[in-house]
Amino acid sequence: MTQAVATSSGRPTESTPGRRAAASRERWASIRTYISAAIIVTWCLLPFYWMIITAFRDVAFTYDTAFYPTHVTLDNFRTAFATDAGNNFTLALFNSFFIGATTTLIALVVGVFAAYALARIDFKFKFVILGVILGASMFPGVALITPLFQLFTDIGWIGSYQALIIPNISFVLPLTVYTLTAFFREMPWELEEAARIDGCTPGQAFRKVIMPLAAPAVFTTAILAFISAWNEFLIASQLSSDATAPVTVAIASFAGSQPQQEPYTAVMAAGTIVTIPLVLLVLILQKRIVAGLTAGAVK
Amino acid sequence: MATRLAMPPKGKKDPNSKLHHQAAESADRRAAAKNKWASILIAPTLILLGIVIVYPIISGIVMSFQNDSGLDPDTGLFTDGGFAGFGNYTGWILQQCPAPGGGTVACPPGTLESQFWNATGITFFFAAVTVTLETIIGFWMALIMARTFRGRGLVRAAVLVPWAIPTAVTAKLWFFIFAFQGIANELFNTSILWTGSEWPAKWAIIIADVWKTTPFMALLILAGLQMIPGDVYEAAKVDGASTWQRFRYITLPLVKPALMVAVLFRVLDALRMYDLPAILTGGANGTTTLSILVVNQIRQGFNSAAALSTLTFIIIFIVAFIFVRFLGANVSEGSGVIKKAKVIK
Repeated sequence: MTQAVATSSGRPTESTPGRRAAASRERWASIRTYISAAIIVTWCLLPFYWMIITAFRDVAFTYDTAFYPTHVTLDNFRTAFATDAGNNFTLALFNSFFIGATTTLIALVVGVFAAYALARIDFKFKFVILGVILGASMFPGVALITPLFQLFTDIGWIGSYQALIIPNISFVLPLTVYTLTAFFREMPWELEEAARIDGCTPGQAFRKVIMPLAAPAVFTTAILAFISAWNEFLIASQLSSDATAPVTVAIASFAGSQPQQEPYTAVMAAGTIVTIPLVLLVLILQKRIVAGLTAGAVK
Repeated sequence: MATRLAMPPKGKKDPNSKLHHQAAESADRRAAAKNKWASILIAPTLILLGIVIVYPIISGIVMSFQNDSGLDPDTGLFTDGGFAGFGNYTGWILQQCPAPGGGTVACPPGTLESQFWNATGITFFFAAVTVTLETIIGFWMALIMARTFRGRGLVRAAVLVPWAIPTAVTAKLWFFIFAFQGIANELFNTSILWTGSEWPAKWAIIIADVWKTTPFMALLILAGLQMIPGDVYEAAKVDGASTWQRFRYITLPLVKPALMVAVLFRVLDALRMYDLPAILTGGANGTTTLSILVVNQIRQGFNSAAALSTLTFIIIFIVAFIFVRFLGANVSEGSGVIKKAKVIK
């Protein structure tokens, strides 16, 4: 402390006690920050941690309350994938993946053009259209379910993949357009012109300059779109059959090895399988995901 | 470029006015070309949204004015429905069900109709409580995450974990935590039937929802916070503003646009809450939200369900309108702010 006062003798300094008080206040503030940060991390991760250690716990010790792994076993994962209890988790994983990927692909292929127009071209009714798309992203899925249920019953689509993909588009497409628009607005488009001046053809400028620039934005948007389709439950729970049920529906109606008993450990194992890839993906792409989330300001 | 070359020469005398005219016309044409180009690019999106949203809404509204087909309780014959007028709506709003001998009577308790106002009430209750808690906790989290300290990256990564977990899995996870022999009762040394009794069931849903969605709120508020330039705080400090004053007069007003957008998104999302109560309680113990009621009604009769989902849609629309109109949640401005925040970061 005294050293600090001595070195900064060039300008008028406060009295030493004042400085010391300020320093201790700062130390306190920093300690408080760390305590708060620890609370946030614990609150966010503890239930998740509990799911994982339960997933590895022997079913006979389901209600063990030790905060560290006990009675470790892989049985729950075997139960989760076992088909004899009536679960078909492998199929559900495939269904979720297929439905999510198809929805994302359709939304991206269609949405990328709209996003380009909204970000790059000044045209009439631009803000009306942005508003419509944003409004559509907040549209309650429950308002779609009744008419779609009847329509799909009439044409025999209940339980088909298209009956799950079509409603998903209603919220994935607006999210895609909105997020991509926000990303595209920030891209350095003048580089395209620069490439043209340097002798690129429009095709070359697009391939060599715009594509590499836009690829991360499109990729991030694809991840967000996929996650939102993967997490959908309401529509899938009503319009899917056993053969097309995605993981969210499968987990909600999971049957254990013993009937009449909630198979907690197997459900936690299934939940872990569903969650770990998402969590890893999100953590690896953390910065971009946060940027996409806040840029589009949509869930 | 092409439009300017294609300009036909005009036989006007005043060269100045001709130039003006030409410039205005070419600007017009360029705008027209832009409009055309933009509409070609946007059309597929609008058409697709029309198919997946507008068409179901309209057919839902049409359905809501039809009677449910089924066995006539009076004659025992199969009836084909027919025009119902506002009958389906009055069933929900005024609790008037068709009486066996024609006319209407008050819907008997136990019917889905009689649950309408309770469901509306509990939906708004959940929305109000969860969004309030999420705003307060989310704001606090954002303030912490905005500080510079070692391990900040870890905190920011940790908050993404609840967000990334599917709601259905979240519901199952909290169902296990709140099981009678589960860890919640063990930790607090209680023996509460969390998902099996009135208020604990509501709190279980609220806690699970707050856990899952506060991170989203925190990240949006954080984006708003990062847009506030640091020197504003320095200036306020020099002027002797206390921590509370700095929060009240700088942070709050400057973060308000982003905050309002975040709150709007969350309120609209909370009003359609389905996954958590459906899995945690199945709608038992007074936790039937409007969405759950719609789903229950679908099995009983499409047309009545269509009226209820239209009502739900109208309720959510009104709430959104009130937010934008009176509470100043300017969505485009708010997201603009968030966008700027990203650039500054």
